Amino acid sequence: MDLSKEGPLSLEPLDKILASMPNAGFSELIPILQKIQEAYGYLPPSVMMAASSRMGIAASRIYGVATFYEQFHLEPHGRHTIKCCRGTACHVKGGRDIIRAIRRILGVQEGETTEDMRFTFETVACLGTCFLGPVMMVNNDYYGHLAPNKVRDIIERYG
Amino acid sequence: MTVLGNAKLRSTAELEHMQEELRARHTPSAKCVRVCTGPGCAVKGSPKLYELFCEAVERTGANVEIEAKSVGCHGLCECGPIVLIQPGNIFYQKVEEPDIAEIFRETILGDRVVEKLLYENPATGQKAVTPEEITFYKVQKRIALAGNGLIEPTKITDYIAERGYIALAKVISSMAPEEVVSEVEASGLRGRGGGGFPTARKWHSCREAEGLPKYVICNGDEGDPGAFMDRSIMEGNPHSVIEGMLIGAYAIGSEQGYIYVRNEYPLAVEHLKTAISQAREMGLLGQNILGSAFSFDIRINRGGGAFVCGESTALMASLEGRPGEPRAKYIHTVESGFRGKPTNLNNVETWANIPQIINRGGEWFAGIGTEESKGTKVFSLVGKVKNTGLVEVPMGITLRRIVEEIGGGIAGGKRFKAVQTGGPSGGCIPAEHLDARVDFDELTKLGSMMGSGGMIVMDEDTCMVRVAKYFTNFLQKESCGKCTPCREGLSQMLHILERITKGEGEVGDVEELEGLAELLEGTALCALGKTAANPIMSTIRYFRDEYDAHIKEKRCPAKECRGLFRYEIDPEACTACGICLKNCPADAITGEKKVSHVINQEKCTLCGMCWEKCPFTAVLKV
Repeated sequence: MDLSKEGPLSLEPLDKILASMPNAGFSELIPILQKIQEAYGYLPPSVMMAASSRMGIAASRIYGVATFYEQFHLEPHGRHTIKCCRGTACHVKGGRDIIRAIRRILGVQEGETTEDMRFTFETVACLGTCFLGPVMMVNNDYYGHLAPNKVRDIIERYG
Repeated sequence: MTVLGNAKLRSTAELEHMQEELRARHTPSAKCVRVCTGPGCAVKGSPKLYELFCEAVERTGANVEIEAKSVGCHGLCECGPIVLIQPGNIFYQKVEEPDIAEIFRETILGDRVVEKLLYENPATGQKAVTPEEITFYKVQKRIALAGNGLIEPTKITDYIAERGYIALAKVISSMAPEEVVSEVEASGLRGRGGGGFPTARKWHSCREAEGLPKYVICNGDEGDPGAFMDRSIMEGNPHSVIEGMLIGAYAIGSEQGYIYVRNEYPLAVEHLKTAISQAREMGLLGQNILGSAFSFDIRINRGGGAFVCGESTALMASLEGRPGEPRAKYIHTVESGFRGKPTNLNNVETWANIPQIINRGGEWFAGIGTEESKGTKVFSLVGKVKNTGLVEVPMGITLRRIVEEIGGGIAGGKRFKAVQTGGPSGGCIPAEHLDARVDFDELTKLGSMMGSGGMIVMDEDTCMVRVAKYFTNFLQKESCGKCTPCREGLSQMLHILERITKGEGEVGDVEELEGLAELLEGTALCALGKTAANPIMSTIRYFRDEYDAHIKEKRCPAKECRGLFRYEIDPEACTACGICLKNCPADAITGEKKVSHVINQEKCTLCGMCWEKCPFTAVLKV
């Protein structure tokens, strides 16, 4: 884990999380990482190192779990997260053109964050809203029946 | 004694008494507005509609008794937001905010139907007042979805009023655990998560297995792209899942259950959490349930966003806090599963069927469906059909009836090409097999599978080689990497498919794919890998001509693969607006005012920008 990039982070949120789950062991690791991510916005390596020593779980095991699941990210996210669906129903209704349009507008690839930290662009296997396809989510808002030329207007609503 | 407070129910008699009290409140003339707040309608603004109805109810005052409910998915997502009104079961579709005053004045207070909000049969132009008059619902038979759209998912009293937890009471008060297993066996229920393993046999094995404690798990990690059945059940009727798990736990001898919910479904988590805490308050979960010796509780775990965690051993690894990697199943999970203890895992829909089987009897359930596949199955019918949504049909119905009657046929006047079932482990079934019956074995024979219930309809504009590539790409990304055939095999297959769709395919590629598929099926560790080649194999089996067109003629018949078709401007449709010309990054378009534009094929880089930007759909793919 590269600890050099980030500034010092408060460990207070981590301590609160661990205090709320006394006796949490290895089997609680995923819920704990989920809470850490909710508190910090991502999984900062220094916080994971602290969690490792506080919980007595090897950092390598925590890192293994954190990198296995799509949900966890080790880099800070942008202010808004765009999740574009790449599910089958969206695929047959032109979902790829939407993904291409987002890439072009934001100038980033899937999984990346814009330099101004405004947007993180992700794709998900399926948002489970196939009747809206092609569909994307910005934060918690769904946008369905998209066409490539509608994407820019939607993105511009988020500052 | 009033039992409608939050007091714990101490016996089955108290539960029955409470149910009677709740039912007595609902006279046939009681007025009720049900607003669907399932994901389809919610996106179109239905939570706001619900608020407005609530406000209208409050304003009306106490002299008229009206109730507004926010309910789960009705199924016909295409026509959302949907509002149902009692009495009369009047079905309003595409309801918008300005319609509310009219619905309230006309229908609720005046008992008159608002014609413009009724569903109109596109073929006959006839208006339908109730859901029963709409073909989409007429062909369906709802068991697992029966409570969806009827009850308010966050109110346990709503579920109890609709005979909820009566099956649990029956089991606790009058059935031995073995009898419960026998009843489920008589129903012939098979696992709804995809594999179709007989549920009773699993329960029996887990019951007989040595070791304590025993666990029951609900698999709500619905990861198949194109499927949202389980989501709708967890969101729309969470208590049916909890009651099913309680009955299963009683039969198996378990005291602790887990529900593993996909991370992308926050509302399902919220509704399940509410349902669990309400059930605990009422004494339906926890110690000495309904005053009996039976104790059981449930915890919720949110998934981490890994498709492979839908596989039972991977799911259990994830519950234990490890990366979700499957293991070989020499020893079944019913003997050694979660934490090395006997564990019974069933899918959401399987659990939701259990209370009804107990209430109405295994024989009743076995009377629906085919010889080997009993009961009903929920499908999410999506893709290029007119009526997309959630449907529940008796097993044995033909694909044609689902696509043509329920789905209303292909949208936009296009031609049907294939229907994809079974998610990434399934296959594509072509038009010549549309009369095949939907059951576990029939779909397997056709090279696809039942899967968890995604049903994606494709039309002539869908390239089948790309569909195969799409699924292979999906699975290659989701492969956990533990076993070599899956990790390396899928990468190789994807590489070949990428070449074919770029026009770089070579004669012999199809045979190479077939060889790799056979290897994968025979040697992969888990079901994800073993079935991963199904999308490729089924498209080769039914659409070999499309592979050949890509490989030999360098042509994509569906005009989806860039480089294997051209863009041209239709001079008839072109209005010479100049938008394409301005946007073309290769300066390949020429034209001037009032003269229809032309693409210079030599300069064109096939980026598709003109096609995207043209407001008059004058840019054609040829």
